[in-house]
Amino acid sequence: MPFGSSVTLATGYKTHWWEFKSMFLTFLTFLPLAGAAALAFLPKGNDSLIKQTAVGIAAADFLLSLQLWIDFDSTTPGMQFEFSVPWISSWGVSYHVGIDGISLLLFVMTTFLTLIAIIASWEIKKSIREYMMAMLALSTGMLGVFISLDLFLFYFFWEFQLVPMYFIIGVWGGPRRIYASIKFFLYTAVGSLLMLVAIIWIYIIIKEQTGVATTDLVYITEHLDVSLDVQKWLFLAFFLAFAIKVPMFPFHTWLPDAHVEAPTAGSVILAGVLLKMGTYGFLRFNLPLFPHACNEFLPFIAVLSIIGIIYGALVSLVQTDLKKLVAYSSVSHMGFITLGIFAFNQYGIQGALLQNINHGVSTSALFLLVGMIYDRRHTRLISEFGGLAKVMPKYAICFMIIALSSIGLPGMNGFVGEFLILLGVFKVNGLWAALATSGVIFSACYILWMFQRVMFEELKNPKNFKLPDMNMREMITMVPMIVLVFWIGLYPQPFLKTFDASVTQLITKVSPDNFRPQRIQENHAALIKQDDLAKLTKKLQTKNQ
Amino acid sequence: MEPILAPESIDLVSLAPVIVLTVFAMGVLVLDLFAGKNKMLLAFVSIVGLLMTAISAFAKVGLPAHSFNDSYIVDNFSICFILIFTFTSALTILISIDFNKRENIHAGEFYSLILFCTVGMILLASSTDLIMIFLGIEIVSICLYVLTGIHRNRVKSNEAALKYFLLGAFATGFLLYGMALMYGATATTNLIKIADLIKSGEIISEPLLLMGVVLLVIGFGFKVASVPFHMWAPDVYQGAPSPVTAFMAVGPKAAAFAAFFRVFAITLPEISSFWETLLITISILTMFVGNLGAIMQTNIKRLLAYSSISHVGYILMAVLVKDTLGSSSLVFYMITYAFMIFGVFAIIIILGREGDENLEIEGYSGLGFKHPMIALSMSIFLLSLGGLPPLAGFVAKFYIFSAALQEGFLFLVIIAVLNSAISLYYYLKVIVFMYMKEPVREFQLSLSPVTLFVVALAVIGTIQLGIFPDPIISLAQQ
Repeated sequence: MPFGSSVTLATGYKTHWWEFKSMFLTFLTFLPLAGAAALAFLPKGNDSLIKQTAVGIAAADFLLSLQLWIDFDSTTPGMQFEFSVPWISSWGVSYHVGIDGISLLLFVMTTFLTLIAIIASWEIKKSIREYMMAMLALSTGMLGVFISLDLFLFYFFWEFQLVPMYFIIGVWGGPRRIYASIKFFLYTAVGSLLMLVAIIWIYIIIKEQTGVATTDLVYITEHLDVSLDVQKWLFLAFFLAFAIKVPMFPFHTWLPDAHVEAPTAGSVILAGVLLKMGTYGFLRFNLPLFPHACNEFLPFIAVLSIIGIIYGALVSLVQTDLKKLVAYSSVSHMGFITLGIFAFNQYGIQGALLQNINHGVSTSALFLLVGMIYDRRHTRLISEFGGLAKVMPKYAICFMIIALSSIGLPGMNGFVGEFLILLGVFKVNGLWAALATSGVIFSACYILWMFQRVMFEELKNPKNFKLPDMNMREMITMVPMIVLVFWIGLYPQPFLKTFDASVTQLITKVSPDNFRPQRIQENHAALIKQDDLAKLTKKLQTKNQ
Repeated sequence: MEPILAPESIDLVSLAPVIVLTVFAMGVLVLDLFAGKNKMLLAFVSIVGLLMTAISAFAKVGLPAHSFNDSYIVDNFSICFILIFTFTSALTILISIDFNKRENIHAGEFYSLILFCTVGMILLASSTDLIMIFLGIEIVSICLYVLTGIHRNRVKSNEAALKYFLLGAFATGFLLYGMALMYGATATTNLIKIADLIKSGEIISEPLLLMGVVLLVIGFGFKVASVPFHMWAPDVYQGAPSPVTAFMAVGPKAAAFAAFFRVFAITLPEISSFWETLLITISILTMFVGNLGAIMQTNIKRLLAYSSISHVGYILMAVLVKDTLGSSSLVFYMITYAFMIFGVFAIIIILGREGDENLEIEGYSGLGFKHPMIALSMSIFLLSLGGLPPLAGFVAKFYIFSAALQEGFLFLVIIAVLNSAISLYYYLKVIVFMYMKEPVREFQLSLSPVTLFVVALAVIGTIQLGIFPDPIISLAQQ
């Protein structure tokens, strides 16, 4: 039986475990972990069998997750494929999973990039079995983050995925891998531990207010009602965890280190999925739970995003290492996404969600391309290259397409996303939009300049004379990326339609209009004060006279 | 004048665990004379004794039951702790079988001392009288002094024993003085009566009572190794034989916390505003000193000593929380802590060999790919100690933090989570050596089935309590 294509898939809160479709999400999430466990039992020494099994599991997970997208009903804003059972009932913690328009494509992208990353790690020699196990476990952790509808469960997965990523950077990374992996781990842990305090705080508030001890996100989103002051603290705790993950401007310093030291596949996952967990967190937690605080902090976050956009771009401009350049460009691009989210309108948030995908495609592809050249030359310094287009024409073409998509050339994916974001932001504040747009121009500068120095100019370095062009396996990882670049660029409708209903529902909650009456009242109060002041001055004047 | 001990209050049934264990402990001592070189028999008998004790803990029905003029109590709290004690003592004996053989510790007293120590721990957790608590602490301490120094021909072990004894005796003095002052203030040593007197405001002298409380904090603070009374812990932990260190880090500490909880959270909640500030300060200091101290360590046992100091800081929060919430989070924390610590120490024992304990963390380099299962288990325990899901340490921390937050200790909880982040650094450091560095030495593992069984049990416990903690939580909540 197919998993059903009717609308009735949203079976509601109480589902039975024997209905397979309600278990489908759980199945997809834990399939990689089960695969990782299976890898442990494969015979020793047969590396290709291990690699093939890992690819098989990842491919199965990806293909099955496409079924999720097919069955997804984009007209309803709520959660679908929901499944909920009590987990730690003495605390009211449940295993509650589900997916909506916001998380669906991130879920699919995760399975997709896991597959790509595993194919891209074919050349890894050191303990391939452990590597693949870490990769698959990481996949489960990431998928779990996107489907969790329970705060406890979310935190569970959120921390869980740190461990395999820590090992991937620390064991299979570059020369400074230990420093980078510990920095990555501790940065994220500090942020998320404060989020843990906020989660417990919310749990206590809900218990006091409604008498129900629960960490269920759907219930909490409906019932949480706290004063603005408390909202602000809670907001900041969640914000810090997600801002470190995104990473937003002052919290970004772990990112270049982690990217530069991580193996290629690690960078792909890091850029493609892990950073998205931050923006996803904003959309899933900060916006619906603390809408008022969001509006209060709006200018602050917008400024940080804009600094991130411009700063990231300027720093990219002066990088001598290709991977570091791409890493800093991530800071810049992620700034666009946060800016779009905090525009609180349809264009901004839809653009941000689309840009999530775009950045996942383009930047991951850039990391793959940098990885390919690193495999050949064992260096990433721009000055070592030049004229590569002559020896590696296929590579040059792929690189050009991806580079242009990263800049946001019309007809390619980056353009649609950035355009929507800028449109959304422009509606809120013209100056912010103008400043953000400068980031697009800068990105053209650093990408094109880098491209020129690597691909064109004279073929001087003798080491580059006989570089082999992309092989079949590398083409397999690149082609889907290029297809996606043009698909989203020319026909983004299927993607936008998936977000649509969920985003509309989110906006009704967080829209600044909800909080305007209060502002008017405040203005009114201020006016009255001014009135008093005027009367007082008049009185004084008459007295003086 | 009523008789000092009314005959009807002598209730041997409620004393069943103590009696059973004492009989077994003495039996082991006698058996040692006939057993010759084979100490396996002693270990086996000891474990049977501990099992019987655990079963006899359920002898009393109709809880809570008071006996011996209200100086001894059987309630769910004490039963939980008796189970923890017997469990940790059994694990200690299991991991020491191989270790003692290897390190030539042929003393049969080892096992009976552990049993006697457990008797003291049971008394500590079940007494509602200051004198009984003192007796319990003394029994535990004296056994521990001897156990620390049981490695007779090793200087470190002797040094640790002497240090522990001198400082311990000093702290016991404080404890006794505090009890005397409390007696002076209330004219009774019975905790239930003291609580009633405070509630009705009939204490003789308030300053005397408060002085007593401060001295009790010092005494208990020493026994659980909280800052600034922690100085002995790193040296003693390092010098004591590894199984004893593991035992010390869990069993006697849990017992001291049980008594701590009974005296402060159950007896003195009325004057909590006084000792709360004191304990909050100690808790914060303990966390910071423990965690920052651990960062610098290069010896795994010293690192774990500092780590256990920092855990004391977290556990003190449970005392501050009071009520059933505090007691249940305390019980749950101690259970998970037992699994993690015994797992780690079992692996430490496996990694050593005769005459070379391999305690420098650097010596663990490259273990990850040489012996993947051992390194994986070690990583699980360390990450669990650091409080990472899906492991038991996370659930335990979540429990204590949420309990503390519920009682309004927001500042303390924030300090605690920041400390958890610091602690991750040194736990990760060990993992870095195991997985990310090249080997610097040969590994010669002492793989004995019993020790491996403890490791497996600890791994299962750590994961099981991390993913499905519900049964144990509801048990602890009763």
